[in-house]
Amino acid sequence: MVKTLMGQIKEYKINTIKSPLYVIIEVIMEVLIPYLMSVLVDRGIEEGNMDIVWKIGGIMIVCAFIGLWAGAQSGKHSAIASSGFAKNLRKAEYENIQKFAFSNIDQYSTGGLITRMMTDVTNVQMAFQMIIRICVRAPFMLVAALGMCFFINFRLSLVFVGVIIFLGIALFAVSFIVHPVFEKMFRKYDALNASVQENISGIRVVKAYVRGKFETNKFHKESEDIYNIQMKAEKILILNMPLMQMSMYGAILMISWFGAHMIVGSSLTTGELMSLFTYTANILMSLMMFSMVFIMVVMSIASGERIAQVINQKSDLVSPENGIKEIKNGQIDFEDVYFEYTNIQDEANYVLDNIDLHIPSGSTLGILGATGSAKSSLVQLIPRLYDVTGGSVKVAGIDVRDYDLESLRNSVAMVLQKNVLFSGTIKENMRWGNPNATDEEIEEVCKLAQADEFIQKMPDKYDTYIEQGGTNVSGGQRQRLCIARALLKKPKILILDDSTSAVDTKTDALIRQAFMEKIPDTTRIIISQRVSSIQDSDQILVLDEGRISGLGTHEELLESNKLYRETFMEQQKGGSLSE
Amino acid sequence: MNNQKPTNGLGRILKTTIKNYKLACFFILIFILISCFANVYGSTFLKDLIDVYIVPMLAQEEADFGPLIQALLTLASIYILGILCTYLYNRILLNVALGTLRDTRDRLFEHMETLPIGYFDTHSHGDIMSIYTNDTDTLRQLLTMAAPQLIVSVVTMISVLISMLLLDIPLTLVAIIIAIIMVISSKFITTRSARYFRAQQEDLGKVNGFIEEMVEGSKVIKVFCHEEQSVKDFDKVNEQLFHASANANMFANILMPIIGNLGYLSYVITALVGSMMAVHGIGGLTLGTIAAFLQLNRSFNTPIGQISQQVNSVVMAGAGASRIYALLDSPSEVDDGKVTLTCVEVNEDGSYTETDKNTGHWCWKHPRQDGTVDYVPWKGDVRFHNVVFGYNEKKTILHDINLFAKPGEKIAFVGATGAGKTTITNLINRFYDIQQGSITYDGIDVKLIKKDDLRHSLGIVLQDTNLFTGTIMDNIRYGKLDATDDECIKAAKLANAHEFIKHLDHGYQTMITGSGTSLSQGQKQLLSIARAAVANPPVLILDEATSSIDTHTERIVQDGMDKLMQGRTVFVIAHRLSTIQNSDAIMVLENGRIIERGNHDELIKQKGTYYQLYTGAFELE
Repeated sequence: MVKTLMGQIKEYKINTIKSPLYVIIEVIMEVLIPYLMSVLVDRGIEEGNMDIVWKIGGIMIVCAFIGLWAGAQSGKHSAIASSGFAKNLRKAEYENIQKFAFSNIDQYSTGGLITRMMTDVTNVQMAFQMIIRICVRAPFMLVAALGMCFFINFRLSLVFVGVIIFLGIALFAVSFIVHPVFEKMFRKYDALNASVQENISGIRVVKAYVRGKFETNKFHKESEDIYNIQMKAEKILILNMPLMQMSMYGAILMISWFGAHMIVGSSLTTGELMSLFTYTANILMSLMMFSMVFIMVVMSIASGERIAQVINQKSDLVSPENGIKEIKNGQIDFEDVYFEYTNIQDEANYVLDNIDLHIPSGSTLGILGATGSAKSSLVQLIPRLYDVTGGSVKVAGIDVRDYDLESLRNSVAMVLQKNVLFSGTIKENMRWGNPNATDEEIEEVCKLAQADEFIQKMPDKYDTYIEQGGTNVSGGQRQRLCIARALLKKPKILILDDSTSAVDTKTDALIRQAFMEKIPDTTRIIISQRVSSIQDSDQILVLDEGRISGLGTHEELLESNKLYRETFMEQQKGGSLSE
Repeated sequence: MNNQKPTNGLGRILKTTIKNYKLACFFILIFILISCFANVYGSTFLKDLIDVYIVPMLAQEEADFGPLIQALLTLASIYILGILCTYLYNRILLNVALGTLRDTRDRLFEHMETLPIGYFDTHSHGDIMSIYTNDTDTLRQLLTMAAPQLIVSVVTMISVLISMLLLDIPLTLVAIIIAIIMVISSKFITTRSARYFRAQQEDLGKVNGFIEEMVEGSKVIKVFCHEEQSVKDFDKVNEQLFHASANANMFANILMPIIGNLGYLSYVITALVGSMMAVHGIGGLTLGTIAAFLQLNRSFNTPIGQISQQVNSVVMAGAGASRIYALLDSPSEVDDGKVTLTCVEVNEDGSYTETDKNTGHWCWKHPRQDGTVDYVPWKGDVRFHNVVFGYNEKKTILHDINLFAKPGEKIAFVGATGAGKTTITNLINRFYDIQQGSITYDGIDVKLIKKDDLRHSLGIVLQDTNLFTGTIMDNIRYGKLDATDDECIKAAKLANAHEFIKHLDHGYQTMITGSGTSLSQGQKQLLSIARAAVANPPVLILDEATSSIDTHTERIVQDGMDKLMQGRTVFVIAHRLSTIQNSDAIMVLENGRIIERGNHDELIKQKGTYYQLYTGAFELE
């Protein structure tokens, strides 16, 4: 995990190294200054020697400015290094997500990926900044201050060794005990937030069933729970302050006592005693900081692991080297195709079972079947969104796995069932299909998809801004825009996965008619719940739980296939009598 | 409307906290004072250590450590007292801080549950959520860390300042001038840092939005081989975030080195000025005083750094508290209805007597102004008289709606998105109040009915099937909290949900988390039908789901709904015409007006909008 993350420091290596270097300079100055102070007092002020006061004072000012400069520099470099590191982590995650196969995307939820790219990265960023500043500062300060103490008076400094061991163990024990309690608390917080979220989005249900009081009572209980567990954690954590004071005061008392003896014995000066007191604070503060950083770093480990998981996720599907770039025609062959989404379990759990299907170039195939009959799974094998488990899918006589992935997907346009428009103008959305498309070309495909008419009625026509998720156009309009977008690719094969469900039957028919007239050479595959959308197809495939239940024309299937006939009859008495 | 100044949040939260924890706050302050005193006593003792105890010993033949032992023992006891007080104030503070947090959370939630639906329409769910997470967290920071730190710092500063003034006034002035420079420079840095932190927050939001959209559409990206372009777009927003974040952290990081080293500068300048004065005999300054003064000067400057570090969290807590109060100050739903539902016994003469027993006979209890009480039988007759409604004064959504639904009738609403179908049903249960006209339930104006009772008397199946964390059984029981398991199972059977529940691993005890992500859309709908069934009200509002479910599941859902509708007054918002042909009346809505009404056959004969919709010439959605 550490290796993966460290690999993302990249161009910020110099900042990452510079920051602790400046910290070291800063610490040296900070350690030097109290010593200079003792000299200033002992030899300057106490003896009334103005020369020394000026000289040492001057050196101190220089040191203070060097310290200020070094501190500012380290602050700057650590900020750049940690923000840059965070940027690279997000970029690495994002780039790898772009490489994900459909099967990889299925493994993560949208929310999960957002957390991994936002909150988790922020946690790691803060921890990283802590490490390159405080983690260097605290031990170095400890060593330097301790060194100065030993330099001033070796025997007296042994007091610090005792105190450091005591405080070190105590602080570590506190962090150690408190950490699992905090973990538990965070989980409770998540649960509490989830229940608030539920109540906000389900507020109509809460109100409709008059459950306000019921929900409030439930919330009070969870809230009280959190109070208790947080109390438990913080109760231990607040021991830090008194422990710190205990060590500090203990050190002061001991140094006063032994120091007095030494001064009387002439082995210590009063100025030196004063600076030892200053170092006491430095030493103990750095221990304190160390324990704080320790907690933070431990907490960010989980985040780091989640990020590394995304970065290291290998795509299940890669483009072959030297893949074939040219797709000759739109002929599709399924030969003994078996397919399952995950092949972890030993027992075969095929979603598609022994599919043998041949679609001539330029013909139309309609597919009908209930939810879960694997209609979408079947067509997703053609542009290689998933790979077959057994058998082979061929386009223009060549196995899809031999094609260059991008070329294949550019020739096989697919309108997904759960299709999405992106925030941007209609034109921008259309150009997803072809970045170089002219305005005329865009208008042409929109006419084909029967979208031009409503676009013309919009205030800004083709420059109308589409909100995120396409919420400002109706379902039927969104579907037609998605079809137009796919048409712009001038594909050899066009797949519509239930893409006209919200379009009225008349427009639906117009779209199919336009296909017939304008793109007769494109192989078309249409999945629909509506018999009327597919009854004119050259072939109709009826799928039932992953197997072919029937294949033939409308008339043939009405004769031979019970499922098809029943669906047809049911829809006849329903709403769509027309045509 | 509330006109509280937004900056008041911080003051109010502190006021509330102090009011609720008067005694605790008092003791916290006392203990902090003692703890600070111990600390300051310690630093002044160090001066005496040398001057009063060590120096005299040097003059003695045989050094007498007696007085020093005495003094150190006194110091030790004061230190122990100090440590004890430090622990105590931290401990009591925990009760205050965590208690305030819990109280705030509870008050927020309790109040949120009383807010009208309109509040949730006009505030994004993310924003409301952020009050519970981010804003209460800023409060936690303030109460547990910033506030005690600030008190300690201020108390230390004041006590040190007094000691300094007692030693020498001119030198104190020098120290104060440098302290002011420190305050100004820290203010300069913190304002910049705060500005960049806001920018960072904004850019975080942007990146978040970008990722959300792209992850949602990641399959489309793949289908269109758009990966490279989307990485390029991402780089742009990511780079922006980097700049804001680097700047924000930079200013935050350089604050401490600047303040710390300015402190040293102050030390040197005081030393120089002091020595000059002493040497030239100005102000009667002794060398010992300067040494002591310099020590105090250090203790005076440290708190400035600590205070400036905390300023940011105080500002953030202020903003957080203001948002918390904005929610708490939003007016609750008003309910001045007097009419309630009550169980009655039917007397022989046809009159009613109120009873606590569940007789299965329910009446509206209608207290009149003259003190008498009318009992109106609960039947489920709903009427709209010339209803006019708009979400705000300016824009009217519904115009002059009239309709009558007699007990047991089924009324369907048909029309394009935005025609006002859902709005009509939201008026019956008073999610919104109408501007003109009246709506009556069993002849009583709904405004006179207590909202809880009104809503109890209406069942509702919404388009978005919101489920709650808990078991399947809990979710069905949501409709009626005192329903037995048998009642719930019966309701599930009626709703056709029993079949799929039986096949789940833990049956009715299966846990639902994350709004039921593990269930299919159809299954969720069946559960929400069961939930309405267990409530068993005489009037039902059904908002059909728009999402496409396959014909088979749809048939099961439809059958469940049909069974639920039997014997009840039903309002259906139709998204598919096939399901409403047997309605007693179909209302075709356009732009908030009923443009056609009648049963299926009548409307087909009219050859109007309904006919066109039915024949597929118009899109419904």
